[in-house]
Amino acid sequence: MSDVPKADAPKPAAGRAGTKRELPEHFKAYRHVWVVIECEHGIVHPVSLELLGEGRKLADKRGVELAGVVLAGDPLTAAQVAAAAFEHGADLAYVVTDPILAHYRNESYTRAMTDLVNTYKPEILLLGATNLGRDLAGSVATTLLTGLTADCTELAIDDEGSLAATRPTFGGSLLCTIMTLNYRPQMATVRPRVMSLPERTPGRWGRIVEHPLNLTEADIITKVLRFVADRESDKAQLAYADIVVAGGLGLRSAENFQLVRSLAEVLGAEYGGSRPLVQKGWISADRQIGQTGKTIRPKLYIAAGISGAIQHRVGVEGADTIVAINTDPKAPIFEFAHLGVVADAIELLPALTRAFRAHLSVNRLAG
Amino acid sequence: MHIVVCLKQVPDSAQIRVHPVTNTIMRQGVPTIINPYDLFALEEALRLRDRMGGEVTVLTMGPPMAEDALRKALTFGADRAVLLTDRSFAGSDTLATSYALSMALAKIGEVFGPTPIIFTGKQTIDGDTAQVGPGIAKRLGLNQLTYVARICDLDAQAGTISVERRAEGGVQVLETRMPVLITMLEGTNEMRRGTLDDAYRAARSQIVKWSAADAGITELAKCGLKGSPTIVKKVFAPQARAEKVQQIPTSDLSTDALAASVMAAIFQKQPALEGDLLRFAAGQ
Repeated sequence: MSDVPKADAPKPAAGRAGTKRELPEHFKAYRHVWVVIECEHGIVHPVSLELLGEGRKLADKRGVELAGVVLAGDPLTAAQVAAAAFEHGADLAYVVTDPILAHYRNESYTRAMTDLVNTYKPEILLLGATNLGRDLAGSVATTLLTGLTADCTELAIDDEGSLAATRPTFGGSLLCTIMTLNYRPQMATVRPRVMSLPERTPGRWGRIVEHPLNLTEADIITKVLRFVADRESDKAQLAYADIVVAGGLGLRSAENFQLVRSLAEVLGAEYGGSRPLVQKGWISADRQIGQTGKTIRPKLYIAAGISGAIQHRVGVEGADTIVAINTDPKAPIFEFAHLGVVADAIELLPALTRAFRAHLSVNRLAG
Repeated sequence: MHIVVCLKQVPDSAQIRVHPVTNTIMRQGVPTIINPYDLFALEEALRLRDRMGGEVTVLTMGPPMAEDALRKALTFGADRAVLLTDRSFAGSDTLATSYALSMALAKIGEVFGPTPIIFTGKQTIDGDTAQVGPGIAKRLGLNQLTYVARICDLDAQAGTISVERRAEGGVQVLETRMPVLITMLEGTNEMRRGTLDDAYRAARSQIVKWSAADAGITELAKCGLKGSPTIVKKVFAPQARAEKVQQIPTSDLSTDALAASVMAAIFQKQPALEGDLLRFAAGQ
């Protein structure tokens, strides 16, 4: 992200602008950086790998090790997940394997995590800000009575070796840097696609530390009756799409949203929209792009009729090229777009669809 | 059945302005609303009450002006409102907030009857952390059901509840025992319009106002700044992108000619993209 503080001098923050106090003695044993490797139904969530990339930098800066935490229902899954962690930078993996962990449940996962933390004492614990990660992180932090910073967009180590976690606040109007100075571990969640995916090193391996769960199924009150997987066609792959076309209120009607879909189809792109479109019911909530929706990092992002409020901006800033189409030359989106077109999206979108379709079919014939 | 809904008064984020020089939030004149995500929780609670009988209590922690949000909730049909307000809560992070709210919830259970279900929204639009709900559940030892899309079944006699929970890549159907803490997913219901009766009642209702002491909080070290492990080190505005936008001239161009120049500009910015697109088109 391009959000560098304007001045180096820390600004007094409203509220919890505490002063540095000495870390209590019993926390000084807390060392190393951990990333929870999220895995549901055998699939490692990419956000965990993105966090390993970030965790590697933090661990190197601190001169400590990077560990992946693997909670799995069976040994084969555990080994595969651990392998993914090693290949993406982990030095070691803490592995808890038990059939109870086959499905995510708050009770069992919280127990496994807090046991691991209390036994092996990490200084930093990172999780993806997914539904699983947020459900788990809040419980773990409350059990451990430590600090947790949600939805960070930047993680760094300050001069005194503490984690400085930066996140948007007030709906993305401002950024703030939050620290957990006197408690350990320092916990943070990061949303998918905010950090870039680290290079994979095939065959890279590390140490495995196995730990028991110490729970029986009878101890757990909540039961998973069933899991209904989303149909492939229903899944919006927005966060990981290379090209995204999105619409905003400038489209003026729900019917006109079809213009966004048509262009997306020609480009093999995913489509989405700004928050007001979800509120109006023009698109489903899983297609919302922005601070409270999806964060995207496509190569190309085309925003049609979107004004570009700050909460939208923080969700799309990672795009390589942002093309903004808006009738209002003063729209905030032109402050962070790379290419701007002052035009009516309703007319330009179909023309763009025609242009790309013609270009691609002509060149395909030529090729 | 007695249900409590925790809600928060938040600034209408669409209207927040940041002072260009001091980088502080200009709160003056910014209208406040009930956190929109909490409305899904409130509506779900009201539906349960309408179906099964009982009462809905709404609870918020905040400054005295948060009373407005509670009164609004009463106009939607909530039966009772509790405002937890005390100077000692100032500067609370999510851990301290969940402590104060859990103490107030325990007190509500004592004073107004046991609460098998506590609802919250999935997160707030100002903090966006989604941490306070799980924090409350952990502190009160409640079974935690987050991102609930639907309540499938509720057996008050047996004390069981089953729900559909939005998970990664699918929906979990979970069954658990009450008491539970439920965070409702957005878009799962539509907030009712309150009746005139409700509006009349809301205008005349006394809102229960509790200080920390009233809520039975004796350990003030767990509240506010003192009880918050996190510290806000610095607040700053996002910087404008250094590189200026490249405006594509539109004058005298037909829409199709403009589209062609937009496409050309895109390929100029992203030379590799053209190849990607051709491969995609060839695969179609």
